[in-house]
Amino acid sequence: MLDFIVTFINGLSLGGIYAMIALGYTMVYGIAKMLNFAHGDIIMVSGYILIVFMGITGNIPLSILISIFFAGMFGVLMEKSAYMPLRGASPLAVLITAIGVSYLLQSVAQMIFGSAPKYVVIANLGSVNLFGLSIQLYKIITLAVTIVIMVVLSLFIKFSKTGRAMIAVSEDRGASGLMGIDSNKIISITFLIGAMLASVACTLYFLLTPNINPTFGAKPGIKAFTAAVIGGIGSIPGAMIGGIFLGIIECFSNSIPVLSPYTDAIEFLILIILLLVRPTGILGKKRKEKV
Amino acid sequence: MALLEINNIEVYYGVIKALKGVSLEVNEGEIVALIGANGAGKSTTMKAVMGLIKVKEGSITYNSKRIDKLKTHEIVKMGLTLVPEGRRIFQELTVYENLMMGAYTIKSQEKIKEDIKEIFSLFPRLEERKNQIAGTLSGGEQQMLAISRALMSHPKMMLLDEPSMGLSPILVDEVFGIIKKIHENGTTIFIVEQNAEKALSIADKAYVLETGNVILSGTGKELKSNDSVRKAYLGG
Repeated sequence: MLDFIVTFINGLSLGGIYAMIALGYTMVYGIAKMLNFAHGDIIMVSGYILIVFMGITGNIPLSILISIFFAGMFGVLMEKSAYMPLRGASPLAVLITAIGVSYLLQSVAQMIFGSAPKYVVIANLGSVNLFGLSIQLYKIITLAVTIVIMVVLSLFIKFSKTGRAMIAVSEDRGASGLMGIDSNKIISITFLIGAMLASVACTLYFLLTPNINPTFGAKPGIKAFTAAVIGGIGSIPGAMIGGIFLGIIECFSNSIPVLSPYTDAIEFLILIILLLVRPTGILGKKRKEKV
Repeated sequence: MALLEINNIEVYYGVIKALKGVSLEVNEGEIVALIGANGAGKSTTMKAVMGLIKVKEGSITYNSKRIDKLKTHEIVKMGLTLVPEGRRIFQELTVYENLMMGAYTIKSQEKIKEDIKEIFSLFPRLEERKNQIAGTLSGGEQQMLAISRALMSHPKMMLLDEPSMGLSPILVDEVFGIIKKIHENGTTIFIVEQNAEKALSIADKAYVLETGNVILSGTGKELKSNDSVRKAYLGG
């Protein structure tokens, strides 16, 4: 029973990281109507920014804030330079561009930092005793950060003017223009938020695996993308649910010795089955085709 | 000088020329109707004015300023608005939230509150349903919401694209009654309609569009009694 609870908490904490990255995929998909396959690489870029600034300033909290800021700017830059010129182009062209951006970022990172992994220690956090359970502190921090971010993001989307404009652009870009909404600005803000969330996720991921290499973003990226699709791509609560769900599955599968070698396969199998039963994901809606 | 001047515009969908040099004028305070059959280019003209589609040749000026190269949201900020064909309300938002979206360009929260009050007195049914998801409204209610949403931006000129589409005759009368009311409150109206009878009966001036060309223009009364218009659009 105790093991069960510990594994569950592990799952929530890993799932929180996935959810935060999945939000970037799902928001960009919902609002800009594109899959940003380079989203995972923003995690990697943010990680290297963090290392560089840790080296320069020696101040870890400050470096984390700087990395979040620059990752956000980087997301906007990516959108403005690679995706904005393709507005109105075929979805396939945008998709291939996104894959290209992903490879570009990985190659540039390899040229600058080399392909060998770099060791990053953000903090050596111990464990705490909660109700007789020994739980690593970073998991609790991850969970708390995730919850705060999700609540703030949900309130922002629901109640702020910009948040509502995001819903409007995602539903009908033409009609939102008629409301006086500048959809390009809203899309940029979406990339900004998505990249900043990816950066937060990166910092939390470092607590879990303190290594970075140029393909560092690929694994959490693809897992989070899976989470976004499971939750229903385009749906913000869906990304949260999908992320947590996938994190829990992963941790339970890893905790069972017979299954643990097949964890990734199990996760994708669940994705396949879910898509067969419910092609729109858990909370996804059927898209109405507009003429 | 007219409030809105469309000068010889040409619009293409791919290689197909949808507007072949359309010119028309809307003066301040007028109701101007644009009528014509399906595919004549009525909606395209509206989209061109609002910057929803690129104008290849010709010019559009509003309030003596060129607007044909501007983006939609910039045009809206100048005081033009469009109630689009098919209403295009935000289905997933509530009635109230839809109205708030309409007020996106208005900065003062107090003004927005007052406007919403005024809208609700004009459309009591919307007040009853203010927290309802807009997608669940009936067609007539959705049209009222689309018009209300457009009013929230305090337009100087309102464009309406087929406001009677899909509505029962009683609702069509109601919608046209509202359009007249909005006009009486000082908003210039430019309306596209397939229901030529209705449109001509309220219009000060009207244009007839046929396959991308303006073929006739005149006052609403003149066109209503014009033989070829009667034959083509008013059922003899």
